[in-house]
Amino acid sequence: MGWQKNVLRVNLTEGTAKSEPLNMEWAESYMGERGLGTKYLYENMDPKADPMSPENVLIFATGPLTGTMSSTSGRYAVLCKGPLTNAIACSNSGGKFGAEMKYAGYDLIILEGRAKSPVYLHIVDDEVEILPADELWGTGVWHTEEWIKARHQNPNLKVASIGEAGENGVYYACVVNDLHRAAGRSGVGAVMGSKNLKAIACHGTKGVTVHDPKKFMEVIKDTHAKLAESEGRQGLTQEGTLAMIDAMEEWGGLPTRNFNEVQFEGTGKINPNFAITKNENGHVNLITNKACFGCTIACGRIAHVDKDHFTVVNRPQYHHASGGLEYETAYAFGPVVGVDDIDALTFANFMMNEHGMDPISFGVTLAAAMELYEVGAITKDQTDGIALNFGSAEALAVMAEKTGKGEGFGKELALGSKRLTEKYGHPEFFMGVKGQEFAGYDSRALQGMGLGYATSNRGACHLKHDVFAEDMEDVSGNGKAEPVKKSQDVVAMIDSTGLCLFTTAAWGPEDFAAQIDAACEGDWPLERIIESGERTFNLERMFNLGAGLTKADDTLPKRMLETPAPSGNAKGKVAELDKMLPEYYQHRGWTEEGVPSNETLSRLGL
Amino acid sequence: MQKSLLIDPEKCTSCLQCEMACSFEHEGTFNPARSRIKIFEFEHGRRAVPYTCTQCAEAWCLHACPVEALVRSQETGAVEVLDDVCVGCKVCTIACPFGTVNYNPDTGKVIKCDLCHGDPKCAEACPTDAITYVDSAWTGYERMQAWAVKTDNQPAA
Repeated sequence: MGWQKNVLRVNLTEGTAKSEPLNMEWAESYMGERGLGTKYLYENMDPKADPMSPENVLIFATGPLTGTMSSTSGRYAVLCKGPLTNAIACSNSGGKFGAEMKYAGYDLIILEGRAKSPVYLHIVDDEVEILPADELWGTGVWHTEEWIKARHQNPNLKVASIGEAGENGVYYACVVNDLHRAAGRSGVGAVMGSKNLKAIACHGTKGVTVHDPKKFMEVIKDTHAKLAESEGRQGLTQEGTLAMIDAMEEWGGLPTRNFNEVQFEGTGKINPNFAITKNENGHVNLITNKACFGCTIACGRIAHVDKDHFTVVNRPQYHHASGGLEYETAYAFGPVVGVDDIDALTFANFMMNEHGMDPISFGVTLAAAMELYEVGAITKDQTDGIALNFGSAEALAVMAEKTGKGEGFGKELALGSKRLTEKYGHPEFFMGVKGQEFAGYDSRALQGMGLGYATSNRGACHLKHDVFAEDMEDVSGNGKAEPVKKSQDVVAMIDSTGLCLFTTAAWGPEDFAAQIDAACEGDWPLERIIESGERTFNLERMFNLGAGLTKADDTLPKRMLETPAPSGNAKGKVAELDKMLPEYYQHRGWTEEGVPSNETLSRLGL
Repeated sequence: MQKSLLIDPEKCTSCLQCEMACSFEHEGTFNPARSRIKIFEFEHGRRAVPYTCTQCAEAWCLHACPVEALVRSQETGAVEVLDDVCVGCKVCTIACPFGTVNYNPDTGKVIKCDLCHGDPKCAEACPTDAITYVDSAWTGYERMQAWAVKTDNQPAA
């Protein structure tokens, strides 16, 4: 058990919703969430389909541990072909929606086709309705969630929705659940918008049962304690991921001003310590921390903007508290655009949550636009009169809102930095891989991270591998290929259980195996779950090859490969991808062209 | 010594481990919809408040029950539901001013906190000590102590 063994298939073109039994053969090979979602996506669509067409399939997937008492068990993933990358997109999110979807009785929700006019799904256990969302179209996530709960007089509903960004086809629009948790990357929200689907609202009363409850609770007791006592967990609880901002600045891996620099002089004004320091008005940015469903860590931040700050003055609707700064958001609204105004960063963060956009892609796209502006490729006439200089808090705040709402120059920023920089004649200013923008780690200072970015199946991403320890140990690319490959498989496994990557602050792969083994039928030794992760990674690669991606897409921008890091620990170094990539293909059992060999495919049963 | 659940909303991160532990103890599945303790979130998660039965000394539910399906445990002081006596009339759910007695449509009986017969699983599961099980006579002790510290304005010796 663990699984509900039930899939909800919704055809939006036909307006039908039917449940069907979960394919248990697939579940046993891919576990759940990312893995199982990938298998269903691969079997249900042509990878050549246009991501914004009705032929794209959108899947919400939970794992066998989602909704159980495993720590961090609230997670679900959203999968489709990504419009930002034209590759497979798989974004996961915490909050409470995933668990609620499971309690309603569904491991996966598969959405096909396109509704004629805006709709939302209302799911209470076996009752599924496709209802008109005309009244919600053109409104933000926060309003949508409130409206749906009020409409059904059911505060127990958990809502995953898109804001105007998803409706307007912002290429990096996301799906937001529980007001400020998001399936953030690769534009899964744009695909949801292209289907005219505004929201999915769920409430479930079915509960989740595990295979061996006694054994499961014993494992839970141990794993909870291990996590609670770990130093890594305590750091995440106290400072959130924002603590990385000082660490990266010191290391010299903090991308600054569109990756022209790797250290930022303003980190002291946007770091965890500053977030709890009173400003001259007695205002403190950070209010409290907040947990996702089932989470022992509570790394989430709840913050507010000083009501006298220029972004919210005379706008009381933004004086309340909401989801606050985490590292990637702080990097993308801070160093990479050169801004050190914590209130402006927090306001832009609110805009991302309310309108439904990926802060990483937005921030790095704005950074590219700022570089275009500074070299004169775009002018004030094109940017609605706003000077897009690095360091402008005004540009950050105004453009975050304009992009979310689809106004003025925001429509250009909605393209993402690859399309934007190509349009304005400087493709070399695009900082990302496969069309997706980099997270907050420079590939010259963290070589393994660079290889991970280049080979991630959803484009540049810091969450699909974990070689941080190796990168901190050795600033060169030596010996990075094997750990990158191995950690990609482990991360794919963790993503497929329904749990959060941050549990690795305390847990090794064996801790996940113990929980899966107790929750699911059959034997689940460590080797089996790791192999499941490797299988998932390879199937994602097969999807991408089918979509037309090649070895040429496993690359980094010239700035990473040819321009040496200007300062920090990696001063003078470039990303050593040429050396690492062939080694990586070998460890993967892929050909020199980056194609899984027949041997590898048959070993993994693909 | 009688003990009570002491709830400190300041410490609650809204993780719902208490709801899962409660439903697992009573129903054998993880099912917050059938939990006897509920977490309510306000203002985009700025505050989270755990809420459950206070085990009133003059229990309104107990007095309202027409079939005497609600009984007081002498051992723990909790008002417990006798499932084989309960007829599911729901009068107790109306009588409770706090809404902490609820009807379970799957079983046709009412459900409420019974302090897990003296070993409350919600308190055990709470990772932040927002829910603790303490001497009923001293549920205000920690708060009293905290205020005593705050109001101690004697100059240090």
